Amino acid sequence: MLLLNMPQWDQDLNEEKPYCDIGITREYLVQGAYRDDNGKPVVLECVREAERRIAGNANMEYLPMGGSIKMIEETVKLAYGEDSHLIKDKRIAAVQALSGTGACRLFADFQKRFSPDSQIYIPVPTWANHHNIWRDAQVPQRTYHYYHPESRGLDFAALMDDIKNASKGSFFLLHACAHNPTGVDPSEEQWKEISYQFKVKGHFAFFDMAYQGFASGDPERDAKSIRIFLEDGHLIGCAQSYAKNMGLYGQRVGCLSVVCEDEKQAVAVKSQLQQLARPMYSNPPVHGALIVSTILGDPDLKKLWLKEVKDMADRIIGMRTALRENLEKLGSPLSWEHVTKQIGMFCYSGMTPEQVDRLTSEFHIYLTRNGRISMAGVTTGNVGYLANAIHEITKSG
Amino acid sequence: MASTMLSLASASASPSTSLALQNNRMTKLILGTSDHTTLWGTKKSNPFVKTKSRGQITMAVAVNVSRFEGIPMAPPDPILGVSEAFKADTDEMKLNLGVGAYRTEELQPYVLDVVKKAENLMLERGENKEYLPIEGLAAFNKVTADLLFGADNPVIQQQRVATVQGLSGTGSLRLAAALIERYFPGAKVIISSPTWGNHKNIFNDARVPWSEYRYYDPKTVGLDFDGMMSDIKEAPEGSFVLLHGCAHNPTGIDPTPEQWEKIADVIQEKNHIPFFDVAYQGFASGSLDADASSVRLFAARGMELLVAQSYSKNLGLYSERIGAINVLCSSADAAVRTKSQLKRLARPMYSNPPIHGARIVANVVGNPALFDEWKEEMEMMAGRIKSVRQKLFDSLTAKDKSGKDWSFILKQIGMFSFTGLNKAQSDNMTNRWHVYMTKDGRISLAGLSSAKCEYLADAIIDSFHNVK
Repeated sequence: MLLLNMPQWDQDLNEEKPYCDIGITREYLVQGAYRDDNGKPVVLECVREAERRIAGNANMEYLPMGGSIKMIEETVKLAYGEDSHLIKDKRIAAVQALSGTGACRLFADFQKRFSPDSQIYIPVPTWANHHNIWRDAQVPQRTYHYYHPESRGLDFAALMDDIKNASKGSFFLLHACAHNPTGVDPSEEQWKEISYQFKVKGHFAFFDMAYQGFASGDPERDAKSIRIFLEDGHLIGCAQSYAKNMGLYGQRVGCLSVVCEDEKQAVAVKSQLQQLARPMYSNPPVHGALIVSTILGDPDLKKLWLKEVKDMADRIIGMRTALRENLEKLGSPLSWEHVTKQIGMFCYSGMTPEQVDRLTSEFHIYLTRNGRISMAGVTTGNVGYLANAIHEITKSG
Repeated sequence: MASTMLSLASASASPSTSLALQNNRMTKLILGTSDHTTLWGTKKSNPFVKTKSRGQITMAVAVNVSRFEGIPMAPPDPILGVSEAFKADTDEMKLNLGVGAYRTEELQPYVLDVVKKAENLMLERGENKEYLPIEGLAAFNKVTADLLFGADNPVIQQQRVATVQGLSGTGSLRLAAALIERYFPGAKVIISSPTWGNHKNIFNDARVPWSEYRYYDPKTVGLDFDGMMSDIKEAPEGSFVLLHGCAHNPTGIDPTPEQWEKIADVIQEKNHIPFFDVAYQGFASGSLDADASSVRLFAARGMELLVAQSYSKNLGLYSERIGAINVLCSSADAAVRTKSQLKRLARPMYSNPPIHGARIVANVVGNPALFDEWKEEMEMMAGRIKSVRQKLFDSLTAKDKSGKDWSFILKQIGMFSFTGLNKAQSDNMTNRWHVYMTKDGRISLAGLSSAKCEYLADAIIDSFHNVK
């Protein structure tokens, strides 16, 4: 029999698992999915309202291969700016994609097909699935320095060196905001320097923006890195996701865009992106796209969404502050400044795998072994317990 | 960097063109027509712009040209492109017989009542939108395998079926293709001639070699059974044989039960692996069980097989992209391992599948009352197609004085009919009669109303007799 020798795949330990709540003493801080202050999943009000409007009556005909036009229009506005001349000049080739993963995969396949000799530079560390995506697309990978463990911050000097040393015209994967898993973002000034060096070397910038709005609470501010690059005239690529900022996780709705020289090229590039999507899934799922376009197309709903995103981001920022203050109050000998300096859903605590294991076995707190805490799972109810546990494990230095 | 850009451009252009391109870029820069060059004024405040910047500026701006300059326009999709052309047509007699999407007699899209009910139930329950696991919604996977094999089938009881939710039929086929590429390196897939246009794209992009087996016999407008058997025998041992479970797309020609037995015989002889594409379960005969009989026949023989399923047509969930890949293995253990590898392939494609369609299916197929209602709606849809087949046949027979035998229209099954029209004749259908169809002569009866049967008959007769 042919399938007898099929080996088993053990899931990557860093992989997000579905939320499960088993007993009150378990704290699950693994996955990147937002929870409210009671630790429950959240469906945004604006989403519920959008669903009410679309339920049961919209027909379910196939979307065009490139996806929902309305949704794409609204989505590129978010990334590039409402008044972007690139939009007016129709220079952006954009297609609806299967959330951030699908957008990255489409781009990786596109890169493989049209720049077959190129590689992708990926930061260390990064979201684990980035490696899988470019590998399955058969694009060779290299890494660049990013995280500085000693300071729990950005290794800017090494990062700039890597950019300078990469051969001209290399492709780089950049996290636009709220770097996953570290939460460490370059400052505005640092982004400007990165952009400048990219110009000198003629590198291609591919932004993975999975947390717009979620990082600072303000989508415009979270897109700053992209805007800096656009101002400098870079022709970028961008993956966008509504999984987190609209809470549409399971709907798989996102967008891939590529900035082109002119409208004609944008049309050609879009046609090729569609050509890659057709043998993968034919056309993308409609439901999430309808929710997005309903919300972003209605001024009141959009306003509500912006408020709800800010609320989510604020709650997380509040939990960061609380965690840090708790640890400092407990008299920890270590610095926990990074907890509030880092941004977005994740905190790279700096704990070792062994310390994480102890956190789990002794305190029933679940993290990924790289020490990444999903702040989205921290609540006023458990932050004290969490701080106490971390302190116990780390107080001996 | 500059050389990289130009080499990309020259891949699709003559050397003189690429030189012209280079000149154009330089011209652009000198004239400063690109918006992005004007920002250099602000760079004076940037501490990293040093005195040497003049030379650097020229070079740096020069590289802000697209990496993808030479990319050509992709051709329109032969199937999905038809609908797009149809939309652009302003003629009032136009008829879209292109894509296989069911239409009512009024030629409107149809959302099934059971689907509306399921969606309203879901809305009331106010479920969350958390990520599904990579393999999809468990409730969906269960009802899907049950629907295909029958809930009391031993293969289900023995847990030998690995089911992973996929992005409709396409996505499920793609996952299977990726599995073949990774775990059966060098193995070939043989596909019917003709077959659904996207099959080839899927195997090409998944880097799985394929070749064709004879299927359609233009002389009889029926199945070339001997050719099919011979070609399956000829294929290297251990090939994957892509079979349409029911309602063959594009021909509408299915093997008879006796022929299915013989096909299974030769596949077993050659140690091939059957790979079913089941996109029309329920839509062929009107009966969900009857339409699954080919798959069940193979399963009953103890064979290992793959089945890609889609709910696009039978539940009208086209744009929700809901389907599944099933792998029937020889043991429960192999099924567990196979499922894990399918997940590993899905993760870097889209992480986890979309939830909405899966919930609808689980609610309809898993609820006895709704399931019964669905069966009725299924019979109604399949029934409408059968009746337009009849009406089209009647119109053709009445109008065509040449004595040509049009009975193949009644013998074919499912949404499609292979008319036997060639490309030129199909073009005539579109250009003269505003009837949109695919160039292989396939018409979708799901897009035909009984009111339009006579018009269509006129178009077909004209194209067949007057165009070579």
